Amino acid sequence: MTEQSGSESGPAHKTLEIGMALLIGAFGLVVIFGSLKAGINWGAEGPRAGFFPFYVGAIIVGASVINLWSARRDGDGRLFATWGQLRQVMSVVVPTAIYVGSMPFIGLYVASMVFIGWFMRWLGGYRWLTTIAVAIGMPVLTYLVFERWFLVPLPKGPFEEWLGL
Amino acid sequence: MEELANLFHGFAVALQPYNIMLMIIGITLGVIIGVLPGLGGANGVAILLPLTFSMPPTSAIIMLSCIYWGALFGGAITSILFNIPGEPWSVATTFDGYPMAQQGKPGEALTAAFTSSFVGALFAVIMITLVAPLVAGFALRFGPAEKFAVYFLAFCSFVGLSKEPPFKTIAAMMMGFALAAVGLDSITGQLRLTFGVTELLNGFDFLIAVIGLFGIGEILLTMEEGLAFRGGNATINLRVVLQTWRELPSYWMTSLRSCLIGCWMGVTPAGATPASFMSYGIAKRLARRGNNFGRGEIEGVIAPETAAHAAGTSALLPMLSLGVPGSPTAAVLLGGLLIWGLQPGPMLFVEQKEFVWGLIASMYLGNLAGLVVVLTCVPIFAAILRVPFGIIAPLILVLCAIGAYSVHNSTFDVMLMLVFGVLGYLLKKCNYPLAPLVLAIVLGDKAEEAFRQSLLGSQGSLGVFFSNGLVSTIMALGLVALFWSAIQQGYSRLRTSMARGAPPAQSAPKSEGRISPH
Repeated sequence: MTEQSGSESGPAHKTLEIGMALLIGAFGLVVIFGSLKAGINWGAEGPRAGFFPFYVGAIIVGASVINLWSARRDGDGRLFATWGQLRQVMSVVVPTAIYVGSMPFIGLYVASMVFIGWFMRWLGGYRWLTTIAVAIGMPVLTYLVFERWFLVPLPKGPFEEWLGL
Repeated sequence: MEELANLFHGFAVALQPYNIMLMIIGITLGVIIGVLPGLGGANGVAILLPLTFSMPPTSAIIMLSCIYWGALFGGAITSILFNIPGEPWSVATTFDGYPMAQQGKPGEALTAAFTSSFVGALFAVIMITLVAPLVAGFALRFGPAEKFAVYFLAFCSFVGLSKEPPFKTIAAMMMGFALAAVGLDSITGQLRLTFGVTELLNGFDFLIAVIGLFGIGEILLTMEEGLAFRGGNATINLRVVLQTWRELPSYWMTSLRSCLIGCWMGVTPAGATPASFMSYGIAKRLARRGNNFGRGEIEGVIAPETAAHAAGTSALLPMLSLGVPGSPTAAVLLGGLLIWGLQPGPMLFVEQKEFVWGLIASMYLGNLAGLVVVLTCVPIFAAILRVPFGIIAPLILVLCAIGAYSVHNSTFDVMLMLVFGVLGYLLKKCNYPLAPLVLAIVLGDKAEEAFRQSLLGSQGSLGVFFSNGLVSTIMALGLVALFWSAIQQGYSRLRTSMARGAPPAQSAPKSEGRISPH
């Protein structure tokens, strides 16, 4: 569902509110289902493992029904965000997802270099020199601070292995 | 007297050179975190928490709490110089702080903000010193039912005092409880809600949730708004500082009132944000130049800053003495205590005296160090803001990923962080509060344990929660807090119907001090 608001258009706030209420309600149902599997009655050790989460799940479903009801009544036609704004958000979410997903394979350092470089060059429009300086400088600083100073090991990939780090 | 001796011993601990160094590092990092939109106190502490695992607990908590003080100070810098509140509790500071900066008085505004912050924090620390041992001694009499009642009160206060719709607060909070329940059940040792996913055996770590919900969520919100930093000049010299300090004592009444509001809001877990708004609203109503508020009135800076710091500091009182944190950042600190094997609550004062008093002493010293650091380093922090968002944003995202990874050395957690980030963005846009969600993830296990142990003792009867005066009183307070907005509405309706016929103009305007930070 989309709504017009002057020259800007985007998904309606109401649609997202309804979607959120349904999503949270579904989460509540999953919790109830999981609790039933764990057992919600009284065992030898008192209330069983699913006892508490079962009621939590029931309250989530109940609250979501009320939220859904009030979301459906909401008729002010506000936008959740314009398509342009959502594109802006997705331009961060998608690369971050690729960054996070590639980390187990290429390690944090190389992934960070590519990610920072992409962000600065294509989203920020910086010169190559600035971009490369920050994209390499930050992971190097990270290595020194985290691995050397605080002794926190971070995920490494083939490149770091090749460098013998 | 014994407390005084303990406190001096605590000063001896806090004044060790290593701890002083951590204090300065913590304050500096905290101010940077506070200055940067997209990084909050809770998030900053969460990211840096794993770095302190190798430190002794006292040093670790000193550093982390100093990050917290620093973040509380840092929020004011961006609010005043750039009209960008780095933290939600700094929103009220922008109302008068930014106009003051525009009128060429940024130095005065910053000095007033920092000094007020210090006064608020100092008041709250003195309160903690005097009251915490009493509260802890009292809490030693607590059984599982009383413990659950305190948790109940904490959670109900969130529902009653939250400005978000109550059923959204309840839904968010219960989601936190459900996430906390995933994994191994601590009482029966049984697995639950894992659905065969091995990565979920350990459950959801609250740090991952905090980094995702607050850190990534904020970046996405900022990206949506297309926020661009506008740099400005900030000069503070000794003359301006001394001149402002001479002026401040004449507002002692506003300060005292804001301290009390802040302490109250911090102890009842409402937090620094509502405290700053409430304090600003009341100051506006009671000040001699109240009509001038919003146009650069120094009192409009003093009131929210004092209250926010008093609230932020006093939020540590229930965390230390009852094991119930009064703010999201305090909840993260509480999580840290649990990781270090310390059990927050009344026994902490008996078993870990050195730790508790070292922390309390560090609150005095940390805030003093904070005041000195921020007053001397404002131009440097302002320079950070001139680094454009296009550079800062990916660096924050990388820092968040490092923070999430280092919790369990697991890349699965980093992916989970991103999921929480998107969820945080959607929840915030749909007006679901995040603080109760995080609080429930942190406290879910403990609340459930207290609940089940109480029921075990009473053979399943809920009457155990009303079995004696103490537990009944706390539960009754919880119920009042839960239905607080309904009670208020009913009361105002009653008053309206009683005063029917009176001109409507007599009612006070309701809009002030209710502006949402987002």
